[in-house]
Amino acid sequence: MSNVAIKPPSQGGIVNWMKENLFSNKLNTVISIICIYFIVKFLVGVVDWGILNAVFAADASACKAASDGACWGIISEKYRFIIFGTYPADEQLRPLIAMVWFVGLIVCSLHRSFWKLWLIPLWVASLIGLGVLMWGGVLGLSYVENTQWGGLPLTLMLSVVGTVAAFPLGILLALGRRSELPLIRVWCVAFIELVRGVPLISVLFMASVMFPLFLPEGVTIDKLLRAQIGIILFTSAYLAEVFRGGLQAVPKGQYEAAAAMGLTYWQTMRVVVMPQALRIVIPPTVNSFISMFKDTSLVLIIGLFDLLATAKVAITDPVWRAFYIEVYIFVAAIYFVFCYSMASYANNLETELRKGEQH
Amino acid sequence: MSSNGQTSADDMLIHVNNLNKWYGDFHVLKDINLHVKKGEKIIICGPSGSGKSTMIRCMNRLEKYQAGEILIDGILLDDNVKNLEAVRKEVAMVFQHFNLFPHMTILDNLTLAPRLVNKMPRKDAEDMAMSYLERVKIPQQANKFPGQLSGGQQQRVAIARALCSNPRVMLFDEPTSALDPEMIKEVLDVMVELAEEGTTMICVTHEMGFAKQVADRVIFMDEGSIIEENTPHEFFDNPQNERTQLFLSQILGH
Ligand SMILES: Nc1ncnc2c1ncn2[C@@H]1O[C@H](COP(=O)(O)OP(=O)(O)OP(=O)(O)O)[C@@H](O)[C@H]1O
Ligand SMILES: [Mg+2]
Repeated sequence: MSNVAIKPPSQGGIVNWMKENLFSNKLNTVISIICIYFIVKFLVGVVDWGILNAVFAADASACKAASDGACWGIISEKYRFIIFGTYPADEQLRPLIAMVWFVGLIVCSLHRSFWKLWLIPLWVASLIGLGVLMWGGVLGLSYVENTQWGGLPLTLMLSVVGTVAAFPLGILLALGRRSELPLIRVWCVAFIELVRGVPLISVLFMASVMFPLFLPEGVTIDKLLRAQIGIILFTSAYLAEVFRGGLQAVPKGQYEAAAAMGLTYWQTMRVVVMPQALRIVIPPTVNSFISMFKDTSLVLIIGLFDLLATAKVAITDPVWRAFYIEVYIFVAAIYFVFCYSMASYANNLETELRKGEQH
Repeated sequence: MSSNGQTSADDMLIHVNNLNKWYGDFHVLKDINLHVKKGEKIIICGPSGSGKSTMIRCMNRLEKYQAGEILIDGILLDDNVKNLEAVRKEVAMVFQHFNLFPHMTILDNLTLAPRLVNKMPRKDAEDMAMSYLERVKIPQQANKFPGQLSGGQQQRVAIARALCSNPRVMLFDEPTSALDPEMIKEVLDVMVELAEEGTTMICVTHEMGFAKQVADRVIFMDEGSIIEENTPHEFFDNPQNERTQLFLSQILGH
């Protein structure tokens, strides 16, 4: 009976775990108790303030009376404005559908089994569809000017379109930076370094204020489009550097093998180099998306109302002015849900890809 | 093709004439002259850094050269893209570190060049790939990824992949020197078979047993020059140059 698989003596159970990790010696025990005390106190405070003493009805005077509780009433009152901005109230189903569609599309695109060529036409078609939905003016939808767009749809659009459109641009810039043609290389390096060398806020400012100065008289480009272009250019410079890292991680022998068998440069890139490089760069690309998602709040300075800006407008209402904390918590929660799911996705993918490469 | 009509009735496949190459100021190849007939098996050896890899890498233009000329099957290797395309179809290479594409199955590795370069339909390319996998004795691995194979198996796949482009010349750059000793033989066996079938081979290797068995000529390089060139029999039993003698005593000595 000696050939039983040898296992460490089992020490399961939460009590054992706590003994081992929290109370293993005197000092540990003291530290653990202090920490637990503060955590509990904090949680009790949060529950008291956020749930037990909170007011959920959209009633400002009730809120003011309950001085030691949160006033979620402001959220019930303002959530539509915070999420959809000034989009006409009875048309807000449209941005809602657009958002769900958009998020669904992203979720699908991020799944490995969807990494096929038809993803590109799907994105193009979806973007057109989303444009129709948001602008309207056709198919019996009333026309909504894009100056009325705002809130979460705007934030999502700026960051997602920004990242997705920056993706191919970033690849080209990264390839250009490694090009053997000096002119192309110099241009790409100059662009990348210039854009990376300035903060997003100044890129947005240039896109909105300076860019029109270069246009011939009479030609105007929409403010939203200018901001979007600014964000795309900004992101593409960052992604270019991410891709450069990915390209460098592909060993020289891969290029040589491809060249030796007679593949052209673009064939080599498409079937040999890019598939390997992209696996490496998906997690950092998602990270770049996360920071772009938050950084879009800077479009406020050029007069666009993203999620954070609509929240700020919501609390200028004199009736509700006192309850800005609740609004910021609400908005932070929305940001958190998006950013955290993207981050977990990136982590999962990283583990998955690493598993795939283990032999 | 090339206007240099060197593809006369003679059965020469490769001409290397007064080849010179520099890395910066470093003169890495000095006046190399080498002529290879169809079906000939050439073994190149020499100390590390003598320019062996550089020379054979010039033959499919993984490296450029500054003076002299290389003609493969009458095609001049120069900056002309058309010529380069033509030469790369005729010359295949097997690398020291296999350089298989890790994200593709073995079968996809093999069918890539036939499909993209020779525009062969997928079905035909796969049939051909399977027949070459059988020749290197690993058809059962076709749907695995390179990372799942042993070094010896990977190198045999790399040989099969090279064969898939139907080359007229096979270049080998130290194909067994990255392998564990127990795997060297399985790769050399495949190469011996290729040699016996009459494939034109230029092989950088220090496997002297293999050289004796298959080579028509052995070439010894040192410091960028061809020092000695002879039949294997003469080369091993009666080396003329003292550098060759020293080299042979070093590699055969232990
Ligand atoms: N890209 C490069 N730039 C500069 N020098 C190089 C480069 N590649 C090779 N060399 C030099 O050229 C010389 C010849 O290199 P090569 O790789 O052809 O030698 P080798 O005979 O194949 O040696 P080994 O047996 O170690 O493979 C070496 O001195 C090497 O340092
Ligand atoms: Mg070498």
